[in-house]
Amino acid sequence: MSNEVLHAHAEAITVHGDHHEHHHQETFISKYVFSQDHKMIAKQFLITGMVWAVLGGLMSVLFRLQLGYPDAHFTWLEDILGKWWVKDGRITPEAYYALVTTHGTVLVFFVLTAGLSGTFANFLIPLQIGARDMASPFMNMLSYWFFFTASIVMISSMFVETGPFSGGWTAYPPLSALGSASPGSKTGMDLWLIAMALFVVSSLLGGLNYIATVLNMRTKGMSMTRLPLTIWALFFTAVLGVLSFPVLFSGFILLIFDRNFGTSFYLSDIYVNGVGALQNEGGSAILYQHLFWFLGHPEVYIILLPAMGMVSEILSTNARKPIFGYMAMVGSMFAIAVLAFLVWAHHMFVTGLNPFLGSVFVLLTLLIAVPSAIKVFNWLTTLWKGNIRFTPGMLFAIGFVSLFISGGLTGIYVGNSALDIHLHDTYFVIAHFHIVMGVASMFGMFAGIYHWFPKMYGRYLNNTLAYIHFWVTLVGAYLIFWPMHYEGLAGMPRRYYDYSTWESFKQFADLNRFISIVAMIVFATQILFLFNFFYSIFKGRIVTKQNPWNSNTLEWTTPIRPGHGNWPGEIPEVHRWAYDYGKDGKEFIPQTTPVGAEESQH
Amino acid sequence: MSQNISINSIPTASLSSRNKIHPQKFMLWMGIGSICMMFAGLTSAYIVKRNQGNWLEFDIPVYFWYSTLVIMLSSITIQFAVKAFKERAMQKYKALVTITAILGIVFSYLQWIGFSFLNNHGIQLIGRGSNPAASFLFVIMLLHIVHVIGGVMALLIIFFKAFSSKIKTYSSISIELAATYWHFVDLLWIYLFIFFYLIK
Ligand code: HEM
Ligand SMILES: [Cu+2]
Repeated sequence: MSNEVLHAHAEAITVHGDHHEHHHQETFISKYVFSQDHKMIAKQFLITGMVWAVLGGLMSVLFRLQLGYPDAHFTWLEDILGKWWVKDGRITPEAYYALVTTHGTVLVFFVLTAGLSGTFANFLIPLQIGARDMASPFMNMLSYWFFFTASIVMISSMFVETGPFSGGWTAYPPLSALGSASPGSKTGMDLWLIAMALFVVSSLLGGLNYIATVLNMRTKGMSMTRLPLTIWALFFTAVLGVLSFPVLFSGFILLIFDRNFGTSFYLSDIYVNGVGALQNEGGSAILYQHLFWFLGHPEVYIILLPAMGMVSEILSTNARKPIFGYMAMVGSMFAIAVLAFLVWAHHMFVTGLNPFLGSVFVLLTLLIAVPSAIKVFNWLTTLWKGNIRFTPGMLFAIGFVSLFISGGLTGIYVGNSALDIHLHDTYFVIAHFHIVMGVASMFGMFAGIYHWFPKMYGRYLNNTLAYIHFWVTLVGAYLIFWPMHYEGLAGMPRRYYDYSTWESFKQFADLNRFISIVAMIVFATQILFLFNFFYSIFKGRIVTKQNPWNSNTLEWTTPIRPGHGNWPGEIPEVHRWAYDYGKDGKEFIPQTTPVGAEESQH
Repeated sequence: MSQNISINSIPTASLSSRNKIHPQKFMLWMGIGSICMMFAGLTSAYIVKRNQGNWLEFDIPVYFWYSTLVIMLSSITIQFAVKAFKERAMQKYKALVTITAILGIVFSYLQWIGFSFLNNHGIQLIGRGSNPAASFLFVIMLLHIVHVIGGVMALLIIFFKAFSSKIKTYSSISIELAATYWHFVDLLWIYLFIFFYLIK
């Protein structure tokens, strides 16, 4: 397609703009299944992500049962799940490891990467930059269907005879490379690798599209420095993904060769019980860790950045104040994106890493605290003396800030190699990353859902249920993960099946039971949220205001239920940034309002 | 042509307002960046592993010199193909695209011969007893071949599309995209070749 053709056609659209939606007949399949409308694809990502969140959450409830009640016998579970998973009323060790592994993989990649950035990048990028759709709607659709296929493959691994992969979400060799080393490393691992490879393809297709769209398809007047922070965040997220997922992929390829073609990239001098000494020589298991964490660390920011962006947007909108330090926010996201590539070895302090090299990584790691602190400062100053509306979205956004502070602080502990020698692979790390990444990003996601649900479905979520959801989840998250810091400081290792047999950790029996109980309550509360979500899609209070939150951004200038193409007429032109709240005595000034002559500059 | 463009693929307001880089070209460049990261990951893994010892040193077979010549030649032919298309010399264009695709296949074949040469001369590439040095070479070059074959397929698709549809297309974008990609896999090979030549 040449530019000239595009131009000619573009003019044709503006002329007949108001009835373009009737141009093509939409069938059920093209509207709901193989849709190329970014809004529908966003919903597909969201709902698939939710299904995964429920499954992944359920897995954690199951292994928390084991940790909280190591001596109990839940015979009824055996009837539900079958002998492989539960024997004699106890989760079997194989099942325990399978659950922990799948929980981690699914939550990190399928829920918080695909479910979070897949949903909101798709939904918000075209709407907030003023585009009719993505640069390539077709690739966008492919991105979802690759994710869907990955999901199916991952689910199917739950049903193979030897069980799903059970070597931890990081899939370190040699365990992951040798089928003879553990039942979970047989077919389950093959399926895990296939699912992850498909997932990487999906992320790349999505990411390329998001970047191209943000850079090329902004409406008139929407300069980069007028972009809402959500878009900046989603943009950096996509850049991180496009640059780091291929490296993970190369790590996987070498792993596949080691598993199936007898190479020794990661294997050397191994003795497997019952099999004997292996022939493999010359490989290095640490090599995999380098390749994995080169993605792995950017990945945690891939998860967090979209949440940061949405939170900035929601805080500013609901505090009725401009975001504090817009350029500092963009700059710190840029700094985070750059530093994210330079710190991966902080996951490897105890692998025999050269201590001098280790200290370089300590320095770079602690540097991330600077942009992180800038962001926190800006969020707090945005809230400061704001005229705050405590909508559910706002509450979750504030909760995000709280969690990010708590979890970021423990990052400084583990970021010091001297301390990390003690803390590595203990519950302290579990607490650190669940608070700063897991729960915080979940809160960002909830904030986004509550805030943009009216735009997605033309209805409101129920507020009472939302408030219950918020408070139980916030308090519950702290009750679950805060005590884990103490367990970790006491040296309690992660990924063990049963701590009650250890003299040093017997003291935590009650605490572990407490954590398990809270985890179940929090899980039940998420079901409440799901009920609210699906009920409100059909029966929620109908949105009658085009701009229910009195927000400045472009998505609220579309019709309440926008069709394919988003704006029925011409795409509006943008005249200002997105954060003119409370300016010159006006409560809010949408981006589409031209700058008045007597207006003060921002 | 026009019915191929669906409403949503058109960056209406933006294209008319600004002279931005073509979205598809841009996406190709991003994709190239992403492929570069993959090979950067693999070649750095190679260096890291090499520094850890237990490393087999061997010379690169001469076939890889031949394949280098072949792929460089194909870069020239595809460039002429783009030129021919723009001049609407369709017969010439057809011939050049065909030659390029064939050269791509010849390249892959020569790589394969190089592999067997190594295997037959005691450098086992994969399987029991193989050394990572040789396995790395094999896996990295194999991945590169996959990318070359991808380019060949793209050429074939463009080729048949251009001549099967009734509507005449005057847009050279597809062949330009293919050419950019082709030059990229060419350069990528030259990088890999020098890399394996120098770092044994
Ligand atoms: C001030 C900022 C931060 C610092 C200095 C920091 C540092 C670290 C270090 C050194 C570790 C390795 C601990 C160990 O395994 O012994 C770690 C683990 C981890 N961090 Fe952070 N972190 C920070 C923020 C974050 C953020 C913002 C996220 C996510 C959004 C995150 C996610 C994770 C995850 C997922 C792990 C554990 C991975 C695993 O072993 O399974 N961290 N962090
Ligand atoms: Cu990290």
